[in-house]
Amino acid sequence: MNSSLLLSIITFVYGLAAVFYVASWSFKKHVMNRIGTWIALAGVIGNAAGIILRWIESYQTPGHYGHVPLSNLYESLVFFALTIAVIFLIVEKKYKTRIIGVFASPIAFLTMAYASLSPNVSDKIQPLMPALKSNWLIAHVIACFLGYAPFAISFGISIVYIFTVKKTYGNRERSFSAFLNPPMLEELNQQLIMFGFLFLTIGIITGAVWANSAWGRYWGWDPKETWSLITWFIYATVLHARMVRGWGGKKLHGFP
Amino acid sequence: MLSLALTSIVGTIIPQHKDPFVYFKAYGEFLYRVFNVFDFFDMYHSWWFQLMIVLLVLNIIVCSINRLSATWKVIFTKNPVFKLSRFQGGSDNERFAKNSPAKSLKNIYAEFLNKRFGYIRVEETSKGFTVFAEKWRWTLLGVYFVHISIVFLLAGALIGSMYGFDGYVRINEGESVNSINLGLGNKGKTRSIGFDIFCEDFDVSFYDSGMPKEFRSRLAIIENGKAVYKKDIVVNDPIRYKGINIFQSSYGLIKPEDVILKITSKKTGMVYEKKAVFGQEIVMPENTGFFVLIDYHNSYSFRGKALGETFFGKFVLSNGGSETVALPIRYPSFDKMRKGDIAIEVADYKKRYYTGLQVTKDPGVWVVYAGFIIMIAGCYITFFMPHQRLCIDVVKKGGQCEVMVAGSANKNKLGMQNKVKKISKKLSEL
Repeated sequence: MNSSLLLSIITFVYGLAAVFYVASWSFKKHVMNRIGTWIALAGVIGNAAGIILRWIESYQTPGHYGHVPLSNLYESLVFFALTIAVIFLIVEKKYKTRIIGVFASPIAFLTMAYASLSPNVSDKIQPLMPALKSNWLIAHVIACFLGYAPFAISFGISIVYIFTVKKTYGNRERSFSAFLNPPMLEELNQQLIMFGFLFLTIGIITGAVWANSAWGRYWGWDPKETWSLITWFIYATVLHARMVRGWGGKKLHGFP
Repeated sequence: MLSLALTSIVGTIIPQHKDPFVYFKAYGEFLYRVFNVFDFFDMYHSWWFQLMIVLLVLNIIVCSINRLSATWKVIFTKNPVFKLSRFQGGSDNERFAKNSPAKSLKNIYAEFLNKRFGYIRVEETSKGFTVFAEKWRWTLLGVYFVHISIVFLLAGALIGSMYGFDGYVRINEGESVNSINLGLGNKGKTRSIGFDIFCEDFDVSFYDSGMPKEFRSRLAIIENGKAVYKKDIVVNDPIRYKGINIFQSSYGLIKPEDVILKITSKKTGMVYEKKAVFGQEIVMPENTGFFVLIDYHNSYSFRGKALGETFFGKFVLSNGGSETVALPIRYPSFDKMRKGDIAIEVADYKKRYYTGLQVTKDPGVWVVYAGFIIMIAGCYITFFMPHQRLCIDVVKKGGQCEVMVAGSANKNKLGMQNKVKKISKKLSEL
């Protein structure tokens, strides 16, 4: 069994977890949610094993030295799926909220599916080009994905929030279901965005320090840097709107 | 902030720092002139973009001072204000009853909270007592750390642009230089760096797939005719000497004076070797014509495929016609595609590299790095160290005490609720 095969299988494990989560939400069956959690946990273990296996394989490939598997699109997407799954399982456990898997597991599934199935993403192990040979690579990539994953989950929460909370905001008591509790969703979203923002900040900063050690400038306004800054500005605006202006509740989802 | 984000997008769509001619072709004359007026081709260095950054930072400073002067007293108060009524209404308050005298509870609870919170205060009430506790009030300052860090970044960038420089220099193997070409905005200017950089050797190695693996320059710093510092630099591992940084940036082959050509005749299958000097006509075998070596490029792309180092020649046929011949080193059979009477390839030439170095000096970089550290610390404090307040209210009722535990925090309210639950459970077991 090689890592690519293992990771392809994990795609379907995440898919199955997503099916259980979404079904548990539609049919309001807590058992299914519990099953979804266990399947997702199996997915996480397999996903991590796949990354470690790929790491070992990179040392065995003749002709080039091994490297941490965080160097191309395929490896990044696989790592992204792992961070999403780990974060949502932690949040699920810590806040005892069952809803988060409903949004997050499909994102993990789609990420893995894109990595495994898209013809544009090569799963071949490629040697590192000279600019990537730096320990900053590892710090930078891990920090960035720890930033992106909570943003992705909060995106999922926000979508459901916009479409369902409109109906339920009036009776904010837990009568609707144990799943949807608007103030809790808001709070969770805020937590995720703060976590993501911290790691996006660290990601941009490690990137800048790395650029300074590779090219002698910490900021060069190249499109990738600029877009990360744009993202940073946008999330900073969101945080200011909530923390300074106190946007929340009805004002947050935009329905009168 | 959003307007900066929006205008930054423009700079990622319009390629920056290209030749005016390229823009002219892409956008037409009118748009070219409009874009040029607004410096869209180098917009991140334009006056209006930099003005927006400065305005943003001024805005941050003014707002911070404004808010800070309003909240200063709240943050640095010796006697924080607690109102029992504020805590009593909460729907998530925990309650339990206890069969002990209020006096002993007071000491136990006060000590319990003293261990976990920075500040506690016990107040007697008409029916019992109240313990207030709080911690991490100072984290209300966290956001100002983040704001100050942005000022640090701007200050560092300013110092860098005033007292630093950024340039490029090309050194042939075995040669040295003592000045560099300054980059954008200083077109054509050179600058002396105060010492000589000597390039002893340059090497490039490839993976089996043809992807470059490592670029390595063996450099020496020479002051007053003496080598004072020696180091092999690769990408990600520069020389840092006297505040000047030297980075591996590019490389190429120096055009050799002559090459050895291998000529294969299609008709007879004979193989000939001839030496070709740039610009000198040589007679080709079997009466096929004359050949002149005219040019050399470090990179050549043919139908979208990069062929690498390539020599170019002109082949004057004996029937009077002439053809341009490309001779890529890595693809020796390339000339067979021309389907001429003879196929030419470069068999040998003297390989001599030059190394391209990025040479920079940025005294502001440490200010920027300090800003980075403050920013990360500030974000952590602001987001994850909430100002927490806790209140225990004990009311004597009959022979027992009714205890209420309530808490509040300025963020992570869910976490605070869980904490109140846990503390209440522990208190009820004490």
